[in-house]
Amino acid sequence: MIFHPLGKYILLLKAVFRRPEKWNIYRTEILHEMVSIGVGSLGIIAIISLFLGAVTTVQTAFQLVSDFIPRSVIGMIVRDSAILELSPTISAIVLAGKVGSSVASQIGTMRVTEQIDALEIMGINSPGYLILPKIIGAVTMIPLLVIISIGLTITGGYIAGTASGAVTGQDFINGITTTFIPFTFTVSMVKSVIFGFIITSVAAYQGFYTDGGALEVGRSSTKAVVISCIAILFTDYLVAQLLL
Amino acid sequence: MIEVRNIHKTFGENHILKGISAEFKEGMCNLIIGGSGSGKTTLLKCMVGLHEPEEGSVIYDGRNFTRMNFQSRIEIRTEIGMLFQGSALFDSMNVEDNIMFPINMFTDQNHKEKLERANFCLERVNLAGKNKLFPAELSGGMKKRVGIARAIAMTPKYLFVDEPNSGLDPKTAIVIDELIQELTVEYKTTTIVVTHDMNSVMGIGENIIFLHEGKKWWEGSNKEISQTDNIELNEFVFASKFMQALQKNNR
Repeated sequence: MIFHPLGKYILLLKAVFRRPEKWNIYRTEILHEMVSIGVGSLGIIAIISLFLGAVTTVQTAFQLVSDFIPRSVIGMIVRDSAILELSPTISAIVLAGKVGSSVASQIGTMRVTEQIDALEIMGINSPGYLILPKIIGAVTMIPLLVIISIGLTITGGYIAGTASGAVTGQDFINGITTTFIPFTFTVSMVKSVIFGFIITSVAAYQGFYTDGGALEVGRSSTKAVVISCIAILFTDYLVAQLLL
Repeated sequence: MIEVRNIHKTFGENHILKGISAEFKEGMCNLIIGGSGSGKTTLLKCMVGLHEPEEGSVIYDGRNFTRMNFQSRIEIRTEIGMLFQGSALFDSMNVEDNIMFPINMFTDQNHKEKLERANFCLERVNLAGKNKLFPAELSGGMKKRVGIARAIAMTPKYLFVDEPNSGLDPKTAIVIDELIQELTVEYKTTTIVVTHDMNSVMGIGENIIFLHEGKKWWEGSNKEISQTDNIELNEFVFASKFMQALQKNNR
């Protein structure tokens, strides 16, 4: 059951990475996708990151009932949670909804309105022209979004922690600056690059093989989000298991 | 000239094309006609490589298209222009960019040359000055004309047209038909039009192939079509009240 779509997905990726007809046209498309994915997702990533940080701080403080544990631990937990899990994974799931559904419906609509056929008749490698710029846009911009998200999650935690009195500003800063392991940041970046690839390639696959009309475009979009989320969580576990 | 030899195409259990062979002549409007589900669009898509036939071959001026790999096909595809049923204009691009798209991809012309060519194509389809409009701002007839302008942008040797008159009023349909015929003569293209519109058949059908149940049932010209004894073709041609009245008057 899974082998047929998996084989189609691999063949599609093979076509995506075929040598482009003209690099300068692809370059324009790549820049366009970088703006669309990066700048276009900045708002939602900023909002969810601030709240994630705030909630993590408040809930961690609620569970730290022992007087033997210093309050600076809250900062450490928020920092490591943000770097290792919250920012890359939650951002990726949100982006699977935002970017993934947009990619699947855009390509799916092009398929059902014969625009992809028009590209192929012209002699253009349609998977390459349509999908490669989106993949490059995502794997370059999503890590940047994750870096911004990490900063904002910690900021959100600081604001919520100090505003609620759960932790003092000094304790929180002590927490985030002590025992930092730089490798966790590397793991976070590896995750975000892989997630960026999954979000765009899975969505593009679903859109590219849409067959029918408007209803099927909607279905492809939904399937793209569901499959991307599952793939993201599975890969998240796999990367954690392999690298940590 | 384009030749198709013994084309077979199936979708699952459905055998759509059952060994079709035909020749499509240069500088002529070649029409593929037939009822819904007769296989006309499938044949067209097999000819341009959007569908792969299980058997048979498509030959463009002696070059066997069906046996070529992706890279070799590009050479022939740059010689093909196609107008799709729904026009298939790129939504994200304006009229000018739509027409310039194939030129951008396959030539090294500078912007001025490309713009001149786009303007020439737009003038040719009577849409001069509509450069900056987006497909969503165009009427059905205008979309078809932009589609034709894009199809002729690379001066094609082969022009494929899928249902040019679907969704158009009779007057606009005639304009589109005449435009296709003019371009065929002007560029000496091998033009293949898939249609079930009898006005097109009578107007531009210099060489007509009638498909029925996935087989070539009849071949001839628009002058011969009304005098044939072929029952299935007569049923198709004289299905409308208008054509029946015309036949009565002729008698």
